[in-house]
Amino acid sequence: MHIDPEEVIKVARLARLELAPDEIADLATELSRILRYVDKLREIDTTGVDPLYHALPLVNALREDEVLASLPRQEALANAPLASAEAFVVPRIL
Amino acid sequence: MTIHQLTIGQLATALANREISSTAATAAIFARIEAGKKINAYITLDREGALAAAAAADQRLAAGGAPPLCGVPIAIKDALCTKGLLTTSGSKMLANFVPSYDATVVEKLRAAGAVIVGKATMDEFAMGSTNENTTFAVPLNPWNLDYICGGSSGGSAAAVAADQCMAALGSDTGGSIRQPASHCGVVGFKPTYGRVSRYGLLAFASSLDQVGPLTKNVRDAALMLNVICGHDPRDSTSVRRGTPDFVVACEQGLQQGLTGLRLGLPREYFELGLDPEVQQVVAAAVERLVAGGAEICEISLPRTAYGVAAYYVIAAAEASSNLARYDGVRFGHRDLAADELEAMYSRSRSQGFGSEVKRRIIIGTYALSSGYYDAYYRKASQIRTLIIEDYRRALAQCDVIVSPVTPTLAWPLGAKGDPLSIYQTDILTIPTNLAGLPGMSLPCGFSRGGLPIGLQLQAGHFREDLLLRVAANLEKSLGLTDFKGSPKNK
Repeated sequence: MHIDPEEVIKVARLARLELAPDEIADLATELSRILRYVDKLREIDTTGVDPLYHALPLVNALREDEVLASLPRQEALANAPLASAEAFVVPRIL
Repeated sequence: MTIHQLTIGQLATALANREISSTAATAAIFARIEAGKKINAYITLDREGALAAAAAADQRLAAGGAPPLCGVPIAIKDALCTKGLLTTSGSKMLANFVPSYDATVVEKLRAAGAVIVGKATMDEFAMGSTNENTTFAVPLNPWNLDYICGGSSGGSAAAVAADQCMAALGSDTGGSIRQPASHCGVVGFKPTYGRVSRYGLLAFASSLDQVGPLTKNVRDAALMLNVICGHDPRDSTSVRRGTPDFVVACEQGLQQGLTGLRLGLPREYFELGLDPEVQQVVAAAVERLVAGGAEICEISLPRTAYGVAAYYVIAAAEASSNLARYDGVRFGHRDLAADELEAMYSRSRSQGFGSEVKRRIIIGTYALSSGYYDAYYRKASQIRTLIIEDYRRALAQCDVIVSPVTPTLAWPLGAKGDPLSIYQTDILTIPTNLAGLPGMSLPCGFSRGGLPIGLQLQAGHFREDLLLRVAANLEKSLGLTDFKGSPKNK
């Protein structure tokens, strides 16, 4: 698999990353190498094999629908890079 | 023996007998950290909090009946949230993040009276095998300061090896506890997936991440496991299952010895072109196990060579999703100059993440993107099924799988720059996480150049007791105290 710089830019945009030109060039080279390595997975026939997303059989973890204490607003806002007294502040979107 | 060299078990006895106070032990640890500052084992120290916890522990100890970790200085990997104490995950992104809550494991340690010394250095968001991927100072291997200490729980391993704490917590997604433990000559234990709560662990790859201890000996690992294991309603993957007493498992294991245990050597692991010194030391350890009464059989894990490729797809895919939360809004770095929402997201993320994290986010996003999902993510998840089947077959023939932890010795800092060649060194530890099995790393010898070499043990789900049985017997047979010694430079 060969990844060109345009592909890196496209994927970076999906991931909300803004890359510098030298980062794009390096990533194109590295990703091509990494994906060529990953392509060895194709050597194994997986027809009819179920994919596994968790190593243990998991069942839904349910609890009673009770109201529990939540984080006080001031604590929730404490780590925000920009906040008002009661909300996170983001750039204007409208 | 000076205070900082004590194991948890030794210190707990001295504390219980009132031969020493926790306040004095904690002060001794801080003096030790100060003397070994160049090792860079910690990102953040909490002297004030630790001394307050030590004073409280001394009161509990005076009252009698205090639990085994009461008053014992412990280091916490910086990926675990500590209320009111900076938690960076090794990243510029979280350089100012102060959690408003404790991770469940931290809560449990505090409840047991442990003294939290500080936050151990790590690869950024736990992505790395050398601990060179961090925005902070790179931790060094206490046995040779020119060498990597391993990663991603490198600071935790270095702190334990250098006696800068009695024990540490780390996290293991593809070997991040076992590999640095091996390179630093300490015990590293990754429990079965689901044994330990991940609540408050900054997520890297949720289906693989597991918290575990790094300690000076096997019994200490069991002591730590007794405290941190158990169901947690705040982690939906935490298992509803009782926790056995792991210290009892160690003690019974020593009484039982190794007679009747079947140990499996995976053929494929030994066909990888192991470093000859690693091979020799591991072979010598296996001979001791046989002398102790264990039976050895050759087993096959045929899909071993595909584990790394599957892992770097699955872990990167999960990381790309988990790390989407760092958007500059609720916490973390933000480009305050960006005046448009989308630009604010992407600039904040680009400035906050280091190059390895960006690389993995890009791989993961690519593997999950339309048109590539089946070829990469689904395919890797199918291979994961096959890897588990390999283990199932192998573990029908043996009780514990014995192998090296890594194919090579620790290497000099900066010696490997190519990401792919570093990824491939995780080949022996990654499959454990893909299968969710318990695994541990036990020091079993040294290279001629004085670098520690570990032995890896893996067992079936929830069979930590078998790992402890083998490890406790081997440790006794090796006379681990000879190995712990004192790293010259620490």
